[in-house]
Amino acid sequence: MSIKQISVFLENKPGMLHAMTDVLARREVDMRAFTLAETSDFGIARVIVDDVYKTSEVMKEAGYVHSINDVLCVVIPDEPGGLNRVLQVLAAAQVNVEYMYVFLGHQGTAYMIFKVTDIVAATAALSARDIKTVDQEDLEKL
Amino acid sequence: MERYYQPEIECASREQIKAWQDERLVKQVRHVWENVPYYRKKMEEKGLTPDDIRSSDDLHKLPFITKADLREAYPYGLVAKPLKECVRIQSTSGTTGKRVVAFYTQHDIDLWEDCCARAIMAAGGTEEDVCQVSYGYGLFTGGPGLNGGSHKVGCLTIPTSSGNTERQIMFIQDLSATILCCTPSYAAYIGETMKEMGLTPDQIPLKAGIFGAEAWSEEMRQDIQNTLGIKAYDIYGLTELSGPGVSFECSAQTGMHINEDHFIAEIIDPDTGEVLPEGSKGELVFTSITKEAFPLLRYRTRDICMLTREKCSCGRTHVKMCKPMGRSDDMLIIRGVNVFPSQIETVLLNHGYPANYQIIVDRVKNTDTLDVQVEMTPEMFTDNMGEISKRQKELVDGLRSMLGLAAKVTLVAPKTIVRSEGKAVRVIDKRKI
Repeated sequence: MSIKQISVFLENKPGMLHAMTDVLARREVDMRAFTLAETSDFGIARVIVDDVYKTSEVMKEAGYVHSINDVLCVVIPDEPGGLNRVLQVLAAAQVNVEYMYVFLGHQGTAYMIFKVTDIVAATAALSARDIKTVDQEDLEKL
Repeated sequence: MERYYQPEIECASREQIKAWQDERLVKQVRHVWENVPYYRKKMEEKGLTPDDIRSSDDLHKLPFITKADLREAYPYGLVAKPLKECVRIQSTSGTTGKRVVAFYTQHDIDLWEDCCARAIMAAGGTEEDVCQVSYGYGLFTGGPGLNGGSHKVGCLTIPTSSGNTERQIMFIQDLSATILCCTPSYAAYIGETMKEMGLTPDQIPLKAGIFGAEAWSEEMRQDIQNTLGIKAYDIYGLTELSGPGVSFECSAQTGMHINEDHFIAEIIDPDTGEVLPEGSKGELVFTSITKEAFPLLRYRTRDICMLTREKCSCGRTHVKMCKPMGRSDDMLIIRGVNVFPSQIETVLLNHGYPANYQIIVDRVKNTDTLDVQVEMTPEMFTDNMGEISKRQKELVDGLRSMLGLAAKVTLVAPKTIVRSEGKAVRVIDKRKI
């Protein structure tokens, strides 16, 4: 089970990030998570939102180059070694993690977003170990 | 089937063309000698009189004329007819210095429009076609020239001029325009806009385009052809000589036929001025042999080019010139290396980037810097940072091997590079030399 992430191309210049969040705010897009990767001249803003289709249309209208990708959203148990266990499962399944970032749900639960090379293998490995992943429908309720 | 506007001229024998050139050159030299003191003085300085020019074989004896001469003689110094016989002026954009003002008699305009009509028919145009002229009208020769040519062919002419792209597209769609005439950068922009509107090539009525007035690469041609679903033909000209239509492409799309009944072309060594044999690369020089009001003898175009008289599949016999490899006015010298914007364009298109780019040259601590700004596109974007950086690096490597020079590549957001409705501004040179 995976969720959709929207990745947006941004120039690495003052005001560019704000210009993008401004568009999202005006169109009342509700973000669940946001992270930024950058090089010296450009960056990729990665967002998890309540309504992927609407956000994609909003970005397109505002002239942003963006893509929609499948990522894993994993519930991380709030205990020592919680993240370690998830990574152990992925490592054992020979799944490479390209990047990951965390966000908190309303009840204080931690969720980890994983971009992996093989999403099918990763999902299978996690569910075999009873590690809960969130799907798009669940996400809207978080 | 190949169509010609003036088949008896366009497909004349080489002997016939030579005979026209001989007769017209001799007459033209006498015309300028008698009517243009500036020319007479230049000829006298070389010890020449009209009697020394007996045929086109004597052309090499004549002095060159350059843009500097045109500026010095501005505005009336090279006019060879009384002003009361002149009916029009056209002028260059003046981007590389003072404007050049060229004069025309009604006869000059007539012949110029014939040349444009030849270009339109070579692109497949007939009286059945709807020809949209999206070159600027006014002082710029693009609009008036193709407009006149389109009338002569008998096309239904839509004189939109440049600008207001939505209206351009509305006319193309509503009036089913089949031929589009504009600069290649504007054609690319119109194509990009139509694509964004969700139009596929088969929904666009256009079948051919006649694009000129700036240098463009073969890759850009493919790009425009694919987006608009047309055949894109190059056309060449200079305001100094008349305007577009000095030469034009035919169905073979392998070079432009020079209208040799009106212009004699030579290739010279730009350093020594010596005439080079056929097939050599050098500076293109033109002599206008039928112009009445503003005849130029051996005008140095600054375009680096090659000529070929190889038999063309279209049946035309007039000499062909290749796409100019760059106007020496466009050439940048960066860290001592000659760089043409068209070379950069070729690399970008080969790497899957769009032809929307800007070249920024600066000098930092006495070293020239070259920054090529390219727009990110949905096709080139991926969520994978490493992949984008890898493509960026491949582009840097591609530029290095093409130019022999290290360039920086900056990826910028879509639509941040200003779109041109006329000649594109490709180069921003910030160096203060």
